[in-house]
Amino acid sequence: MKEVPALEVKDLRKTIRKREIIKGLSFTLYRGEVFGFLGPNGAGKTTTIRMLVGLIKPTSGTILISGKNVQTQFKEAMEKLGCIVENPELYPYLSGWENLEYFARMDPSITQDRLGEVAKMVGLTDRIHDRVGTYSLGMRQRLGIAQALLGNPHLLILDEPTNGLDPAGIREMREFIRFLAKNEGLSVLVSSHLLSEIQLLCDRVAIILDGKIIRTDTVESLLAEQERVIWKVEPIQAAKKLLQEETDVKEGEDQTLITPYIEEQIADWNKKLVNAGIKVKEMEAKLPALEDLFLELTGGTHRD
Amino acid sequence: MINLVYNEQLKIFRKKRLFVIMLIIAILVPIITYAQYKQDKTAEEKLGTKDWRVQLQQSIVDTQNRLSSSQLPEDFAQYLKIELTQEQYYLNHNINPNSPGAPTFMRIFAENAIDLLLPLLVMVVAADLVSSEASGGTIKLLLTRPVKRWKILLSKYIALLFAISLIILCVAILSYAISGIVFGYKGWNMPMLTGFITKGEDLITTHVHLISQWKYILMEFGLVWFVCVVVGTLTFMLSVLIRSTAAVMGIMLAALIAGAILVNMVSSWQSAKYLFMVNLQLTDYVNGTKPPIEGMTLGFSITVLLVWMIASLIVAFTVFNRRDVY
Repeated sequence: MKEVPALEVKDLRKTIRKREIIKGLSFTLYRGEVFGFLGPNGAGKTTTIRMLVGLIKPTSGTILISGKNVQTQFKEAMEKLGCIVENPELYPYLSGWENLEYFARMDPSITQDRLGEVAKMVGLTDRIHDRVGTYSLGMRQRLGIAQALLGNPHLLILDEPTNGLDPAGIREMREFIRFLAKNEGLSVLVSSHLLSEIQLLCDRVAIILDGKIIRTDTVESLLAEQERVIWKVEPIQAAKKLLQEETDVKEGEDQTLITPYIEEQIADWNKKLVNAGIKVKEMEAKLPALEDLFLELTGGTHRD
Repeated sequence: MINLVYNEQLKIFRKKRLFVIMLIIAILVPIITYAQYKQDKTAEEKLGTKDWRVQLQQSIVDTQNRLSSSQLPEDFAQYLKIELTQEQYYLNHNINPNSPGAPTFMRIFAENAIDLLLPLLVMVVAADLVSSEASGGTIKLLLTRPVKRWKILLSKYIALLFAISLIILCVAILSYAISGIVFGYKGWNMPMLTGFITKGEDLITTHVHLISQWKYILMEFGLVWFVCVVVGTLTFMLSVLIRSTAAVMGIMLAALIAGAILVNMVSSWQSAKYLFMVNLQLTDYVNGTKPPIEGMTLGFSITVLLVWMIASLIVAFTVFNRRDVY
C-alpha cells in the first residue's frame, strides 16, 4: 500500500477582492521530510500557510493532511496537525504549564503525561510554571513548539520559526526540527525568507513568487547546478580571453573571473592558463548560497 | 464542550476584569447606601417625624404644587401625574413604598442600575472576549485545534452568560449585605404593589395587586439579568466584528449613553421605540413608571430586546464561522 503523504496540496487558489493572491499551488510532503517554503515578502507564503491550517478558506483547490480534507474533515485534519503561525502568541497571563493544559483540554486525545513530555522535549521544565509574560522570545518559541507537538501530530507547520531568535537559538531550533523529523518521523513545513536557514534545515524546497511555485526540488540538486569556480588571475584580460574559448566567463568583484564548475575540465583550463604565462593566484570552487539561486530565479524582485 | 467553557471561564477569571467589576460594585454600594441614608435623615428632619404617612403625604403635596406651575413640559407633567396617582394609591392602601430595609435598597438599586450601570459592567467583560484573541494573535492557536469554530464561539458565549449571572448575583448579595448594616436586614415580606398600566396620562389601577417584596425583587432581578444578557450579547457581536477592544467599548458606551439621553426626549418620536437602548428600563413596567414612548409595554420591550439579541447572535456566529483570519 502506498504511504499517505503528510500533506498534499492540489491546485490551491485564493482570490481576495477580485485579485488572485495564490495562483494554483500543488505540492506534497512525505513522512519525515523537512520541506522549505521560500519566497520574498508578499509572495503568498503566509496566506498559503493560513489556508493549510484552516484559518483562511481557499477559493478553490484541496488540502489533505494525512489524507483528511481540511475543509470537509476539519476536526480529523486538525488532529494530525501542529502549527505555529507567525509568532507563538500564547496567553501571557497564564503560566507555560497552564497554557499547555489549556490546549490539552481542547483535544481529548492528549493525556496528562504528554504535557510533561513535551515540556521536557523543548527544555522548558525549569520555567514551565512561570507566567508566559515573563518568558523571553526564545522560550515562547519553544513553548509554541511544545503546544504544537501536544497532539502527536503527523505534520508540523512552522511559519518563520527562527524569527527573532539569537544565533544560538536559531541553531538550537534547527537541530530540534531536524531531530523531530528524524527521530519522531514528523513531516515539517517551514516557511522563511531567510535562505541560509532553509538551506541548512530542509530536504526539499519550494520557491514561491507572486502566488506561484516557480521551482520545487531538493536542496542539493538546486545547488548543484549552480556550482562555480572563482579565479584570481593576472593579467585578468588575457585570462578571460583564454577561458572564453572554453566556457562562459563572467567578471566578478575584486578582479576575479567566474566560470561554471565542470569537474573533468577544470584542471585542463588551469593548465592552459599556466602554459600561457598567466599567474593563477587562487582557484575557488564555490557552492552558491541558495540566496544567489533565489535572486536569480526571482529576478531579485522584492515586494511588500 | 464543558472543557471549552472551562477554558473560557479560566481566561475571564485570570484576566482579573471580573474582580475589578466586583470591586466597583463593592465601592459603589456603600456610597449609594450613605446617600440614601442621608436623604432619609433630611426628610425626617424637614418634617420632624418618622411617620412615613406624613412623609408620603408631603411628597404628594410637593408633586401637586409642581403640577400647578404652568411652565411644565407636557410629558413631564404626565409623568408627575402618574407618580401622583401611584403615591395616592400607596397611601390609600396603607403601604409604605420606601420602608427602610436592605431589600428595599436592593430593589431601588436594581431599578436605578438596570439601564446604565449594570450594562456598562457587563460590557467590560463581554467587550474583549473575542477581540482580545484577535488582537493578541491567540485566535490563530484557538482556531487550529480539532474543534469546530462555532463550538469555540458557543463556549465563549456560555462563559459570558455565567459571568453575567455571577455579576448580577454579586450585585444582589453585596447590595443586601452592605446596605443592611445601615437599614437592617428585614423587609422581605413587605407587601408591594404591581400591575400598574399607564395609558396616556392615566394610571390604570384595575390590575394592581399585592405581592411580597421578595417576589417583587426576584422579578426585577430577573429583568435586570435579561437586560444584561441582551447588552452582553450585543457587545459580544461587536467583539466578533471588531479587533480592537477599545473600539468595541467605545461603540457600546456611546449606544448606552445615547439610550439614557434618548429616553428623556423621544416621547414624540414613535419609531425610536425599536431601538434597543430605549427599552432597557424594564423595571419601570413593574413599578408603574411612565414609559419613554407611549404604547411601550413590558411585552413589547422584551420582544424588541429579544429580536436585537437573536439578530446579533446570528451575525456573530455567521461571521465567526466564515471569516478568514489574518
